[in-house]
Amino acid sequence: MQATRDFSHYVKDLGSGLSHIDLAVEGVSCAGCMSKIERGLSAIPDVTLARVNLTDRRVALEWKDGALDPSRFIDRLAELGYRAYPFETVRAEAVEAENARFLLRCLGVAAFAAMNVMMLSVPVWSGTAGDLIPAQRDFFHWLSALIALPAAAYAGQPFFRSAWRALRTGNVNMDVPISVGVTLALAMSVVETLRHAEHTYFDAAIMLLTFLLVGRYLDQRMRLKTRAVAGNLAALKAETATKFIAAGEIAQVPVAAIHPGDVVLLRPGERCAVDGTVIEGRSEIDQSLITGETLYATAEHGTAVYAGSLNISGTLRVRVSAASEGTLLAEITRLLDNALQARSRYVRLADRASRLYAPVVHATAFLTMIGWVLIGASWHDALVTGIAVLIITCPCALGLAIPTVQTVASGAMFRAGVLLNSGDSIERLAEVDRIIFDKTGTLTLPDLDVVNLADIPADVLDLAGQLALASHHPVAAAVARAANSKSPLVGAVEEPGQGVRGQLGGKQLRLGRPSFCGAEQLADASAGLDPEASIVAFSLGEARYLFSVRQGLRPDAGAIISALQKRNITVEILSGDREPAVRAAARALGISEWRAGMTPADKIARIEDLKSQGFKVMMVGDGLNDAPSLAAAHVSMSPISAAHLSQATADLVFLGKPLAPVVAAIDFSRRALHLMRQNLWLAVGYNLFAVPIAISGVVTPLIAAAAMSGSSLLVMLNALRARRVAQGRS
Amino acid sequence: MEVLVILVPLALGLGLVGLLGFLWSLKSGQYEDLEGAAWRAILDDEPVPERPPDHP
Repeated sequence: MQATRDFSHYVKDLGSGLSHIDLAVEGVSCAGCMSKIERGLSAIPDVTLARVNLTDRRVALEWKDGALDPSRFIDRLAELGYRAYPFETVRAEAVEAENARFLLRCLGVAAFAAMNVMMLSVPVWSGTAGDLIPAQRDFFHWLSALIALPAAAYAGQPFFRSAWRALRTGNVNMDVPISVGVTLALAMSVVETLRHAEHTYFDAAIMLLTFLLVGRYLDQRMRLKTRAVAGNLAALKAETATKFIAAGEIAQVPVAAIHPGDVVLLRPGERCAVDGTVIEGRSEIDQSLITGETLYATAEHGTAVYAGSLNISGTLRVRVSAASEGTLLAEITRLLDNALQARSRYVRLADRASRLYAPVVHATAFLTMIGWVLIGASWHDALVTGIAVLIITCPCALGLAIPTVQTVASGAMFRAGVLLNSGDSIERLAEVDRIIFDKTGTLTLPDLDVVNLADIPADVLDLAGQLALASHHPVAAAVARAANSKSPLVGAVEEPGQGVRGQLGGKQLRLGRPSFCGAEQLADASAGLDPEASIVAFSLGEARYLFSVRQGLRPDAGAIISALQKRNITVEILSGDREPAVRAAARALGISEWRAGMTPADKIARIEDLKSQGFKVMMVGDGLNDAPSLAAAHVSMSPISAAHLSQATADLVFLGKPLAPVVAAIDFSRRALHLMRQNLWLAVGYNLFAVPIAISGVVTPLIAAAAMSGSSLLVMLNALRARRVAQGRS
Repeated sequence: MEVLVILVPLALGLGLVGLLGFLWSLKSGQYEDLEGAAWRAILDDEPVPERPPDHP
């Protein structure tokens, strides 16, 4: 049965005879790639648009409805040397993109208003002593009001909305003092204009909004970029399933197009992409990505299988179930819900700062006003001075102190191979003093590897690799990968459940079970040396060899564990796997604390126990069984190969084979937290300097404008230091 | 100083034109791919070879 590829799920009908598809493309990095791809795709007849987006690494394609099959584009890109896969924008990314556009629109309006109001303010500042008559000054003030009021009403929306949301739930965030300050400054300026007074603060208010919007927009852009990369990675996993579209007819369809009730075919060597129940066939399956257990389980009629399981030996038919049907999933979902509720209680540094800041500032302004009244000033003058205090303390620097550091730090982490799922994870990560690793798929790599390559002569390995290419068995695939084989041995035959055999130069070649290759004695002798390894035998004429195949440790795992320990972080392993396997890994890595055979509930209990002792725990895990403990921990991390649910739950996701991003993330976040605190102190220092001036009532709009932009620039420049961590510590 | 009556609205009008231009460029998606746009400016130097017409 040959399956066809069906990408119709991703094709959008634009009407008027045109179709549209978005592809995520790997490896587009320069202008050369861009023109190569666009020319290569435009050359296909009927293609009306082929446009590369270099920022998001995507291609948008449009073509005339008809004979053209979307899989043709993917083949064409493969010929050009790029791996591509259809892509569907997830809701989260669409929301982030819409937010970014809205912030940019607000920023445009605020910047326009700030420039024009400033143009009117400068003559007022410089002209009051000279030849500007009061009528002209009033005219300029009225014009400023005309520009600033509608602009602030529009561009202030992000702050007003967020402040209102916080106030309605009885909280205070940084946007509350911002909104109060801007609103009062504008209101007072209107009143002052009506009274033909000398000073108005239209320029200060609108400039404040502009600065803050710059910070917000940069933050949003970084988040959008992270989402786009995560979306591409998800698309390029190219998760497909072989679906029965009729009794004897199958098609390769994307997982997104599979619905509960469908029946899919799972062949040996394939990873299951859906949750479901076996309805026909019998096989061994590797569930290590789900439960951490590296021993194969038997799957037969009625067995529940989960996305991520690897089918080893036989062919299975699986009926796709809705997510809640599986008992394991239902249990994990319940634990996850509890854990997530507990986590939402964390209060961000910015919110903690504003809880302190807002009351102090508002009280100071109020006391200033009362104080001036008590020493005999008029109510009007006292009110103006009080509002001047609010304007000068309006947390321009404070509002930028944390988002700018976060933007720069998440950019640096992104380059180090770490994607952030949630905004406050940097703060929580910086506090970590204890890390719990899952073993399977986290400390070890999810793919199988030949571990005794040193014992096998190179020419034998080469022959074994060629023979292995004829088999779909994952263990054989590992041998083929290790030998780096390209072309299969001609005439090789696979005997299901036994192995592969072939002929070369009159010699009989066999690869498979030890009994199939006549190597039982050799296998018995080496049994028990490595409890986790699968043994595959190879016979070449009379000679016998054994390959030991297992999930290897990540290449730099040992170095990373000791780097973490050097940073005074205690490391421990909680695994769902058997004791001998976990003990071996712990010994190899120099980890003294480990626990084996843990259920999801056990893992949570251990984390809660550590938390109650005052530890800040980070959980690093990938399996479906880790999802609840990822949510329960103070902060959590997953490799990109993790189960969907775990990846969505984790605060951070790291890319690639090495474990190094874990240390990089900790270094960058510690540095970032340090700079955030420093920035807050800079903002406080600025206030200590500026507030007495404001209280004494000598602040002019010019002083306010200079002080505000000065402190904002200082904080922004300081934030740039988050790009680097001190060298030589790792 | 009467000249202000002309100059100030003129300045504001120009600013407004700039703002509308920005909003238009935002709406037409010109900020979606800033990296690519930077390179495209250079790419125009080597023209795409025209395909020969189907009928002479």
